[in-house]
Amino acid sequence: MQAVDLNAEGLRADERLERLKLFGLSSPALLLVLVILVLPVGWLFYVSFIGADGQFSLENYERMINRKSYSRIFMTTFQVSLVTTGLCILIGYPLAYFISQLPSKWAGLCMISVLLPFWTSLLVRTYAWLVLLQKRGLVNEWAMSLGLWDEPIKMVHNMTGTLIGMVHIMLPFLVLPLYGAMKSINRDYMNAAANLGASPRRAFWNVFFPLSTPGLFAGSLMVFVLCLGFFVTPAVLGGGKVIMVSMKIVSNIELFVNWGAASALGVVLLVITMAILWIASWFLNIEKMTGGGH
Amino acid sequence: MANWLKSPATETQVTHGQRLWLYMLATVTMILLVAPTLIVIPMSFSESQYLEFPPEKWSTRWYGNYFGSSEWMLATRTSLKAAFLTMLVATPVGVLAAYGLHASRIRFIRVAFVMLITPMMVPVVLIAIGAFYAYVQLQILYTITGLVLAHTVLALPLVLIVTGAALKGYDMSQEEAARSLGAPRWKAFLTVTLPQIKFAVVTSALLSFLTSFDEVIVAMFISGGDNPTLTRSMFNALRDQIDPTIASISTIMILVTTLMMVLAQIFGQQKK
Repeated sequence: MQAVDLNAEGLRADERLERLKLFGLSSPALLLVLVILVLPVGWLFYVSFIGADGQFSLENYERMINRKSYSRIFMTTFQVSLVTTGLCILIGYPLAYFISQLPSKWAGLCMISVLLPFWTSLLVRTYAWLVLLQKRGLVNEWAMSLGLWDEPIKMVHNMTGTLIGMVHIMLPFLVLPLYGAMKSINRDYMNAAANLGASPRRAFWNVFFPLSTPGLFAGSLMVFVLCLGFFVTPAVLGGGKVIMVSMKIVSNIELFVNWGAASALGVVLLVITMAILWIASWFLNIEKMTGGGH
Repeated sequence: MANWLKSPATETQVTHGQRLWLYMLATVTMILLVAPTLIVIPMSFSESQYLEFPPEKWSTRWYGNYFGSSEWMLATRTSLKAAFLTMLVATPVGVLAAYGLHASRIRFIRVAFVMLITPMMVPVVLIAIGAFYAYVQLQILYTITGLVLAHTVLALPLVLIVTGAALKGYDMSQEEAARSLGAPRWKAFLTVTLPQIKFAVVTSALLSFLTSFDEVIVAMFISGGDNPTLTRSMFNALRDQIDPTIASISTIMILVTTLMMVLAQIFGQQKK
């Protein structure tokens, strides 16, 4: 009897050791993330609480509250993110719905139009818009030859250009999860709704739409959070008129070499992003979205 | 055609005719998604400084500019080198981590998993300035090593997610069978498990390559000197003026990306 117990004990110890060894396989990855990301970001967090005189101080955070220019940057960031997310929903929902209703052969073909820009370099796509929207660009030329407007309109190096570029870049992030959610809706539900006498409109709004909301929510969240930290597109298409938080962080380092101010902005950006993801995780299974957990 | 318009399109008996608006809207959206990128390709062959479309006079002068410039060539070499090395580092490190987390069901794998996908959640600007500071201390600023390490960290979440998903769909008892027949764990992994998650591993590798090749913000801070990346040089050129040379570089980048994705598709087909 005792021998059996000892054996069981030994087996359990072996198993624990085995599991630890297996866990050890992830140590190179963990070490890399720790050294390249976690420790430096932790250091930035510390620096954000150091004032110009080298002592502990909250001046980097006070500056954000007191200076108008900073609150304007936060306002712009939220505005751009909200409008981009809204436009993506308006444009992306019908597209995702359309593709989800197609037979799979056609759907695959249409998905290429979503995946191609998704894989193309962000910089290339931003550049394309810069070329198309400039004063002597294709959009102005075509619009004028069609008589839509007489004078070339300034569509780039301002908010318009920024929004056009951002929506174009973010759209796939909304459409992909949304399409996945719509694809998994059982079509018999719509049949049942119709059988029970619901009008097509009612069947859509009372049955289809609510079932698609997890995908819509996940996609919108992704777009919004990505927009908050966006840099390249507003920097190129905004022409200095649209200043978002990440751009201010970069200019604080590159132009003013003010690590305290840059770090504090970064910390606030990080905290806002994490708070949004955390609140969202009450409603959504983030691990399911990213494929983690067991 | 008329019959098709009157035929029902949905379970709720909405006809195709009634949904024409949706078809048109979706078509316009899809064109707007693809066209702006693809139009750069013919434009890059335009003779004019203003990149006409359709080009009145065709020329390869912008390609000549690109291939003739030692700076652009240096940047291209750096980007390709960094992307290739990132692929070589991120794939094994990420696959090992995914396998380790999957197989060892101990308590803190959840914490480890979250930590490994943080590079996807933390704003990239913050990662960039953090790495910039760290690299000054470690004296690896403006080196390929530093670039590869930072890009590996950015690519790890993708490798982890893609490979992790494949492992979840794989029956681990096959590996146990191999081990009970006497294969050591590493051999069982290499000969039984790995061939079955091959597609995910290849996809992970291609994604790692692209992550590094397309990355702008981190490269802006930690690449430079003798090792500037293509994206860094492009971004700096974009801030000054619209240089038509970039249209030719963009075309080449689109081709590289498309090639990668076609490769991924081919590997995917083989699996079936």
